[in-house]
Amino acid sequence: MAAYTLIRSGGGILNGLKCSLKTFSHVPQSCAALSGCKLLQNTQWRSSGQLSVQERIESKRRAALQGGGEQRIQAQHKRGKLTARERIALLLDPDSFVEYDMFVEHRCADFGMQADHNKYPGDSVVTGQGRINGRLVYVFSQDFTVFGGSLSGAHAQKICKVMDQAMMVGAPVIGLNDSGGARIQEGVESLAGYADIFLRNVLASGVVPQISLIMGPCAGGAVYSPALTDFTFMVKDTSYLFITGPDVVKSVTNEDVTQEELGGAKTHTAVSGVAHKAFENDVDALLNLREFFNFLPLSNKDSAPVTECHDPSDRLVPGLDTLVPFESTKAYDMLDIIHGIADEREFFEIMPNYAKNIVVGFARMNGRTIGIVGNQPKVASGCLDINSSVKGARFVRFCDAFNIPIITFVDVPGFLPGTAQEYGGIIRHGAKLLFAFAEATVPKITIITRKAYGGAYDVMSSKHLRGDVNYAWPSAEVAVMGAKGAVQIIFRGKENQAEAEAEYVEKFANPFPAAVRGFVDDIIQPSTTRMRICRDLEVLASKKQSNPWKKHANIPL
Amino acid sequence: MAAYRITPTFHRVLHVVKHASLRPTCWLISRHACYSTVYDPGEKTFDKILIANRGEIACRVIKTCKKMGIRTVAVHSDVDSSAVHVKMADEAVCVGPAPTSKSYLNMDAIMDAIRNTGAQAVHPGYGFLSENKEFARRLAAEGVTFIGPDTHAIQAMGDKIESKLIAKAAKVNTIPGFDGVVKNAEEAVKIAQEIGYPVMIKASAGGGGKGMRIAWNDEETREGFRFSSQEAASSFGDDRLLIEKYIDNPRHIEIQVLADKHGNALWLNERECSIQRRNQKVVEEAPSTFLDPATRRAMGEQAVSLAKAVKYSSAGTVEFLVDSKKNFYFLEMNTRLQVEHPITECITGLDLVQQMIRIAKGYELKQKQEDIPINGWAIESRVYAEYEEPVNLAGVRVDSGIQEGSDISIYYDPMISKLVSYGATRAEALKKMEDALDNYVIRGVTHNIPLLREIIVHPRFISGEISTNFLPEVYPDGFKGHLLTASEQRELLAAASALYVATQLRSQRFLGQQRVSNTIQERKSWELCVEVEEGAHMLCVTRSGTNYTVEIDGEKVNVSGEWNLASALLPLTINGNHRVLQCLSRNAAGEITLQYLGTSFKVRVLSKLAASLNKHMPEKVPEDSSSILRSPMPGTVVAVSVKAGDTVAEGQEICVIEAMKMQNSMTAAKTAKVKSVHCKAGETVGEGDLLVELE
Repeated sequence: MAAYTLIRSGGGILNGLKCSLKTFSHVPQSCAALSGCKLLQNTQWRSSGQLSVQERIESKRRAALQGGGEQRIQAQHKRGKLTARERIALLLDPDSFVEYDMFVEHRCADFGMQADHNKYPGDSVVTGQGRINGRLVYVFSQDFTVFGGSLSGAHAQKICKVMDQAMMVGAPVIGLNDSGGARIQEGVESLAGYADIFLRNVLASGVVPQISLIMGPCAGGAVYSPALTDFTFMVKDTSYLFITGPDVVKSVTNEDVTQEELGGAKTHTAVSGVAHKAFENDVDALLNLREFFNFLPLSNKDSAPVTECHDPSDRLVPGLDTLVPFESTKAYDMLDIIHGIADEREFFEIMPNYAKNIVVGFARMNGRTIGIVGNQPKVASGCLDINSSVKGARFVRFCDAFNIPIITFVDVPGFLPGTAQEYGGIIRHGAKLLFAFAEATVPKITIITRKAYGGAYDVMSSKHLRGDVNYAWPSAEVAVMGAKGAVQIIFRGKENQAEAEAEYVEKFANPFPAAVRGFVDDIIQPSTTRMRICRDLEVLASKKQSNPWKKHANIPL
Repeated sequence: MAAYRITPTFHRVLHVVKHASLRPTCWLISRHACYSTVYDPGEKTFDKILIANRGEIACRVIKTCKKMGIRTVAVHSDVDSSAVHVKMADEAVCVGPAPTSKSYLNMDAIMDAIRNTGAQAVHPGYGFLSENKEFARRLAAEGVTFIGPDTHAIQAMGDKIESKLIAKAAKVNTIPGFDGVVKNAEEAVKIAQEIGYPVMIKASAGGGGKGMRIAWNDEETREGFRFSSQEAASSFGDDRLLIEKYIDNPRHIEIQVLADKHGNALWLNERECSIQRRNQKVVEEAPSTFLDPATRRAMGEQAVSLAKAVKYSSAGTVEFLVDSKKNFYFLEMNTRLQVEHPITECITGLDLVQQMIRIAKGYELKQKQEDIPINGWAIESRVYAEYEEPVNLAGVRVDSGIQEGSDISIYYDPMISKLVSYGATRAEALKKMEDALDNYVIRGVTHNIPLLREIIVHPRFISGEISTNFLPEVYPDGFKGHLLTASEQRELLAAASALYVATQLRSQRFLGQQRVSNTIQERKSWELCVEVEEGAHMLCVTRSGTNYTVEIDGEKVNVSGEWNLASALLPLTINGNHRVLQCLSRNAAGEITLQYLGTSFKVRVLSKLAASLNKHMPEKVPEDSSSILRSPMPGTVVAVSVKAGDTVAEGQEICVIEAMKMQNSMTAAKTAKVKSVHCKAGETVGEGDLLVELE
């Protein structure tokens, strides 16, 4: 126990601390030592009576740092997982973590839980605040080595404390989830704890960004806390999210399913859409989370962050001039446009494997965070369906809640037809995206790259939904539908369909019908798109728009 | 960054980052190649020329036409409709779909285009119809000028046997050999003695090295005769043999000639083209380090006498093989503008395309042989299958038909550009080439810059000790990228870790934010763990301003630079040496790909803490790829050799993919039953597309 021995060494607490800071491999301990040290500095008094208190403090801290003990830490490592404290050390700036509630213990007296060996200072979660690239963040990290990270009343109380303070000061909350579930020994107290957290998740929603990183099991009622937060990330192979595990599934529905199939990272990022992204392992996930955090404002009262940017805002992107194929049926990759216009080609895609016909994610333009929504012609022609509408809507609402301008790239042939979609409720789900775009008051810039057909044109941040700046590329076609379908309806049963089709193409398969009506503000050369957006964002930075007073809107859920 | 695929048929050129200025375009660059040629506006040639070609050569011809005040017509296939040459030309005509036989080789469509646009002359570039006598004949029939030699010369030089006979008659050295069939071993020895050792004994029906033997003395000739005839009999069912002089360690050196319709002909010195890969020229230079003035003159005069013998007019190239004793032998004559013509333009100051146009119009050559100089030294690197980024360096010319966003189609030659460096001396030209290659930004496709750069700095190449065997001798197992020396690896580690720290520091710099802690002082030192080529190195980085000192294994490396993190180029000074690295990718997990000394290296930089925790991370088992066969590149399926239910043995051919003019045999990774086939012959497939599944 490096930290402990250092602190004990003959009064040289500060010296000891410095030493321990130099020894990087002991960072988790040195973090804790830092907070311990601050406390000791403030308590100048020392008498023989208090010495035992002093020793008890130190012994408790030591125990807290050890979590569930060396054996369980090894077991955790063997599973390819880091401990709660290692995770915090990696997530936060070095030496920035300030821990709360290290002395909290559970209060359960049943089933032998009151015994000393069943008490762990800090219980099964580590909480506190720290910095990511210098910016404040509140963190809780569940400790699987203590009762499998199960949630006791004390555990919940610790989480609630950091959440309350985060809302008060306006700083994001990051939860590192690794918990077997409720502390069964505590019964309803544990359930109450969950509910307390849920309530705070709901109240904090739209006030401060909330991020969950699932780094182990998360089952039962516990899953609803990540589900209520803004972003849920997972670690591949070592994290699971489900309401009921494979055993219960087997006994109720007689389905044979593995944990991984039921609630692994692949399932939730590609099939259910519960998780927004998955990372290779703990280290990868935490490093990426640091990067992701840099995109977010601290609260709904802060503007989107602007970082130092080396990419010229007036950079032309000649590749875009030839990107859209001449044949309107031919696909291209919307990500090429996004990478082309974004600062340094950096794009943090959200839900890259789910509803791939729409692309959403964060990028920067001239250093300022923006949210990008784009139809993906490469997948299902970029049509809107249930999943893509919901994916897009949630992302748009997050951006709107946190003052992040929205850039929309439109190439949409319409909503996906069919019984599967109609029975699934494409009407109400599609309405979510429409609702989200219409309601948003952040700067909204829209670029129609090719098709903008039918109702989907209206939905995709059109001028009519208060788009601030709407552009069309020369390849844009804004129309009720494609030429073939339109001609079949207008000239049903008539001859000369081909001629009529050519006429329709001539009239509608270009940006002019929309441009003459002012539904697009300009027709721009694709290579100038980055330059135009950067300029517009600067203008729109001071945009002020508000919706009529209401208790809350009633989005079609 | 991975090569992104748009449609199965293309590699899209992804990314261009400008080096010096923001908006140069490719064709601005050739300003650096200064022609001494005067473009006399009074000398009337043609009003309109059609260029029956694509890519860089079409662009190159258009540039000269513009200087001469001639309007240009481009032809293109449908997939090339937004290609650079189409944009550059005054008019453009689509002559058919992507396959060359239906577009660029489609004479009917091209003749229509000529008629419809009223072009008076056609420049054929190289390849395609450039040496097609039928095309030249059809043009002549319609009274359109073919910018090249007349049909007689094309025909005479196009036939291997006839051209050799004409050359012999014109007193041009040809490879000594016996033109009949050798009856027995003793006759073989007699012939060999007449020709002079070493000799090559080869099957009359042969090919691919089968039935071929090299003999250095009588004994080897007898033995070689026996083996070769057996091998020839078993391989080709024909045991007839030929004997000719074996050229030991040959160099491929060619002479550029220029002849007009009035019987004047000039030789414009030589081009050394010995650096070849699978008979494809890779690096060329002019002049050659090998020729002395006497040999040069002898070769030049023979080339000119051959040109005169066939009444050649226009620019042409006579190719020679030169042995180690400076004996030279005629190989063939190319009756067109060569790919590598820019290096001759650099050292002579002549614009060959302008000369071709003048000659075609019937003007006389203005220069005399004594006016043809060798000024300085020029080197050309052929950059293949990638993207091209104009390198804006003095003394560097880029001939290219590709811009950011261009599609490199599988249907055409994958050459991206010709990078030509020019200097007063060879050393200067080499240094400029090295800089140009380091500054060449290519994203979206894989390219041969690592190899080109390696050749340019190879001691054997620098000393001029080269032959056509250079590449197979230097890289017997194929080129695998630059091998780092210990000090180079230290430089790479230092650059990567300094870049990492610069990136980390920048991500803390928020503008206009009130709520960033100002109590945290910027760190002065970082302890990092850097992994490269499967080795992990602990190092310590200290920073002062933009200068970083990296301590690796007790050695200190100083790195300084501007640290523009948006630029693809990373110009650094490492221990006093100026180096241009390129950052190909970097991500939040500390993975950085750097192009250093031409080759790209994957590096992972982690803080000491992250590295110590990373060891707990589980090893990911890669998914079993032996049962699925995916297309390694975009291309066309030429043949599928199996069907579902077949049993294939390990290594058995499953299908053949053609891409970039190369056929690639896809083989089974294990013995198994074919579960399903997802492709059929004639289909185009994209990179990573599923071809066949095995059980």
